[in-house]
Amino acid sequence: MKAKSPAYPYLAWMIIFIVAPLLIVAYFAFTDKTGAFTLANISQAGQFSPVLLKSVYLAAIATVICLIIAYPLAYILSRTKVRTQRMLVMLVMLPMWMNFLLRTYAWMTILENNGILNRFFGLFGLGPFEMINTQGAVVLGMVYNYLPFMILPLYSIMEKIDGSVIEAAQDLGCSSMGVMRKVVLPLSVPGITSGITMVFVPAVSTFIISKMLGGGGNLLIGDIIDLQFLGLDYNPHLGSAISLVLMVLILLCMSIFNQFDNEEAVLL
Amino acid sequence: MDNVIVELKDICVDFDGQRVVNKLNLTIHDNEFVTLLGPSGCGKTTTLRVIGGFVSPDEGDVFFEGKRINDVPPHKRMVNTVFQRYALFPHLNVYDNVAFGLKVQKLDKREIKSRVSEMLELVGLKGFEQRGIGQLSGGQQQRVAIARALVNRPKVLLLDEPLGALDLKLRKDMQIELKRIQQSTGITFIYVTHDQEEALTMSDTVVVMRDGVIQQVGTPQDIYNEPQNAFVADFIGESNILEGMMYKDFLVQFAGADFECVDKGFGRMERVQVVIRPEDIKIVPQIQGQLTGVIESVIFKGVHYEMVADGCGYKWLIHSTTAAEVGSVIGMRLDPEDIHIMKREEDAK
Repeated sequence: MKAKSPAYPYLAWMIIFIVAPLLIVAYFAFTDKTGAFTLANISQAGQFSPVLLKSVYLAAIATVICLIIAYPLAYILSRTKVRTQRMLVMLVMLPMWMNFLLRTYAWMTILENNGILNRFFGLFGLGPFEMINTQGAVVLGMVYNYLPFMILPLYSIMEKIDGSVIEAAQDLGCSSMGVMRKVVLPLSVPGITSGITMVFVPAVSTFIISKMLGGGGNLLIGDIIDLQFLGLDYNPHLGSAISLVLMVLILLCMSIFNQFDNEEAVLL
Repeated sequence: MDNVIVELKDICVDFDGQRVVNKLNLTIHDNEFVTLLGPSGCGKTTTLRVIGGFVSPDEGDVFFEGKRINDVPPHKRMVNTVFQRYALFPHLNVYDNVAFGLKVQKLDKREIKSRVSEMLELVGLKGFEQRGIGQLSGGQQQRVAIARALVNRPKVLLLDEPLGALDLKLRKDMQIELKRIQQSTGITFIYVTHDQEEALTMSDTVVVMRDGVIQQVGTPQDIYNEPQNAFVADFIGESNILEGMMYKDFLVQFAGADFECVDKGFGRMERVQVVIRPEDIKIVPQIQGQLTGVIESVIFKGVHYEMVADGCGYKWLIHSTTAAEVGSVIGMRLDPEDIHIMKREEDAK
């Protein structure tokens, strides 16, 4: 037992900051204003299922785009000289040092109807294009904000792939594509998994991005929850219920994804 | 041994402005076991990588069976490599590692199976098919690496210090094993090592390299008995290297005495370097010796004693199965065929 004692503070931390809040959320979700048990909140949360699906849909698109952009980038990054690597990783992280809200505001000024992009197009007599307040803008915001979270885990896994293993594959007859498919991809599966998790989970529950770039018409489930706690609809019981549903949904998505992922690894 | 399979012509390779291979010319024949030997940084691995296609030469041409292959990428060359640290695929088991190249070639499943198991049998890893790479010892991983390369039946197998990570006993066993595999398959082996003993044990031809330049090419016997310069002599086993002068053919002077020798073709009174192997110096009573010396140290080495004798202006390294006493005065004798004459290094350059 003595060996385990250093873990106690961490255990206490987990109970106070993870388990207890979850229980509180669950308590609110299953009670009404008087504190009596009810399932009404859960069934009421069901009416937001179109929003929920839309959130999952947009987050999934953003995740896929992130993966497509990040994968080759991370691979190239991992194969450059160590000194260049450090500088490039810095560049990837650099935007993250800037406040999240500020970055999203910046996109507003770029995408607005009389924003930078439209004014630029205007020079050629084009537009204005409707860019802000669209689903595309929301996805763009997600991709922009969460891309580093895809690049970094991919990079840290790929960096560990020994260059001689890649040479061995070439030596045994693999073209560049073959090396990718048969060696790099299977070896980078853990990076893909954690990258997808790290992008999808925050993207599905975001509310700032959708509020700022999506306008009123593209509210996501995060915005709905936000409204229940801080908005005019004030109803923490319903908010908790939606949060619970969202959590279950994310867990479900991730477990389905992991299942698929394992099979993929075996197949390759 | 007649057909030329690989030919390197005037190969130069630069890394970051530093020339690591300089004007290298080498011809390798079918069925030959060639070893590139030299200290680290001599360009031997780079030369191997030029043949494998992982380094493209800055100057010069690489020919494979008479065709220039400078621009052929590694995956299209008829050579396979056993990498220094094996470079096995960590996500595949033993079977899939060995089958990798055959699967890339999209061979028939049954054929893949039979060739892989034949190869695993050859390297003594039958029954290990389903093992993960992490569950293998260094020696076993090494065999998988060899099997993975050989199963493709390459015309040339490149081996980059494949035994470097193994312990001495295993290394000796694998040397014999590799030689056996080479002879039974008839594949040309190009082997890189810095271990002179390994080179002498296994090779048909040894190529000694230094600073990106070939010093000598020859059979192990040639290299050992007739080193062309002091570097080769010193690198291939320990030796005594002395300054001397050729009086005329078959007569040389060094250490203040005249000796008959078997070398000729030097100029009269030409200054030369003389190499004497420590095991060729015979210890005799002082009166019978051509040279005399005082024993300074005696170290027991197992097979022989290693002694240092001080005399005639030199410290002589002597290997002998009988020990002399420290402080005793001995005579030393040299047979004419044990005296190897070389051009002086600065003159040779």
